Amino acid sequence: MNAEPLIEFRNVGRRFGQQQVLRDVTFQIAPGESVAIIGESGCGKSVTLKLMIALLAPSTGDVLLNGRSHFERSERELTRERLRFGYVFQQAALFDSMSVEDNVAFGLRQNTNLPRDEIAAIVQDRLHEVGLPPSVCRKKPAELSGGMKKRVGLARALALSPDIVLYDEPTTGLDPIMSDVINELIVQARERRTITSIVVTHDMVTVGRTVGRVIMLYPLPRLVDDEPQIIFDGTPDEAFSAADPRVYQFVHGQAGERLQEMAMR
Amino acid sequence: MATATVNSECDSFIHRIGRMTLAFIEGLGGLALFFLDLLLWLTTRLPRRAVVLPCMYQIGVESLSVVMVTGAFIGMVMAVQSYDQFRYMHLETNLGAVINIALVKELGPVLAATMLAGRVGCAMAAELGTMKITEQIDALRVLGANPIHYLVVPRFLACVLLIPVLTVMADAAGVLGGWFISTQVCGIDSLHYWNHTQAYIGWYELASGVAKSMFFGAAIAVVACQRGFNCSAGAEGVGRAATEAFVYAFVAILVVDLFLGIVFNAIYPFLGLSTASLVMSAPHQAPGFVALWT
Repeated sequence: MNAEPLIEFRNVGRRFGQQQVLRDVTFQIAPGESVAIIGESGCGKSVTLKLMIALLAPSTGDVLLNGRSHFERSERELTRERLRFGYVFQQAALFDSMSVEDNVAFGLRQNTNLPRDEIAAIVQDRLHEVGLPPSVCRKKPAELSGGMKKRVGLARALALSPDIVLYDEPTTGLDPIMSDVINELIVQARERRTITSIVVTHDMVTVGRTVGRVIMLYPLPRLVDDEPQIIFDGTPDEAFSAADPRVYQFVHGQAGERLQEMAMR
Repeated sequence: MATATVNSECDSFIHRIGRMTLAFIEGLGGLALFFLDLLLWLTTRLPRRAVVLPCMYQIGVESLSVVMVTGAFIGMVMAVQSYDQFRYMHLETNLGAVINIALVKELGPVLAATMLAGRVGCAMAAELGTMKITEQIDALRVLGANPIHYLVVPRFLACVLLIPVLTVMADAAGVLGGWFISTQVCGIDSLHYWNHTQAYIGWYELASGVAKSMFFGAAIAVVACQRGFNCSAGAEGVGRAATEAFVYAFVAILVVDLFLGIVFNAIYPFLGLSTASLVMSAPHQAPGFVALWT
């Protein structure tokens, strides 16, 4: 990788109480890259995203953004740096008490001095971009379907024109058609802007359609001592034909020895 | 080098006491840090009016009816329960003083705060807890808003600023309720009832009750919001946060009430006011409890 990394994990570990989730994770992401982080549930994918944006701090190691550690930044600086990110949450995380319009406009109202009509125009533009009609503006999140919530979440993430967009399981819980819509929106969002996309997912269709690089994390309890937690780092094609049975089984949805383990219990 | 190890699986009585003590200290420390963070934001930047007003409506306007009904019934119950005792001593006209001083100094503020802790404290903890477990608090941070500033400061301000109003309304409802039972049901002369009330209740009594209520409001907001922010995952976690918010806030109200009672009684003689109402049994003397603490 020739370009200076945009995001760098240096021997990152993260522990929650007695439970270690990440151990000694090291990787770099270059500007403009599209990366999927895949792995079984509980292997630390979402934690990795939250470490990138400094919603969590690493227990060990360091996370760097443009070569500068999150630890070196004040809370005010971190708040400013977070605005470079758009974050599409797993369950959309829309603010229940606000309308769709207020949700999408929230970041703009909070961080800019744009006039009200200009903000309204940006909101309409973003909603149009994710394929939602203007009539949803007045609706509350509780009135929306799962797919619409995800699209509003994406519109909100794109409202501040971020450099980096983080997607936390963007297609989980959606039907195949809506999943395809979301995948297409991820691709379009990347094509319309120069953004770095990082997608955490179990969905290999999403991986195949939206990214150029795949990082696979493996759950710590299943690793032998000192084995790296990243068991694969390559292109989606390489992942689909990986020699490592753990990667192969995951990307092809094969239970493998897990069924034998269950039978033994 | 000698090393000491602690077996985490030990479950003797002493170990349990130790764990509970550590959890208590940790909880208290968490609450103190949360309060400091809140104070920092409170003194740095006030939230927008559009954020504060809905909180004020929810906390103040929507609590008014329940607080007034509670206050009115407490006044009436006090009259019913006290009337016979006072009648045996032929002191029934003093009932107004007893009911109203108890209401204005203690029952009004404490009951208004208790109702607020039950109605609003639980709701705040549940709302913030739900926001936490559905990642809405993370979403706020991603969008450049500080959750303490955006969520806690408006609720704190609404509680602190509106609980005095609720307390005055509870006091008023209780005074009227007590008057109604005493004069209209028990037949005490209204003039004597109000005369005795006037002799024992001054601005200090009213002001000390109202001032106390502001501390109660602060305690409710801090405890409820902190419980919400520390909510564990799932419906059970939200339920536990709401329950803890009420229980801890209620305990905090009683603890704060005790200490403020001592403080207000201690500063009373230095204000140069009449000591008539401080100790009703000996209105001409400096109150014994004040002397004890000063």
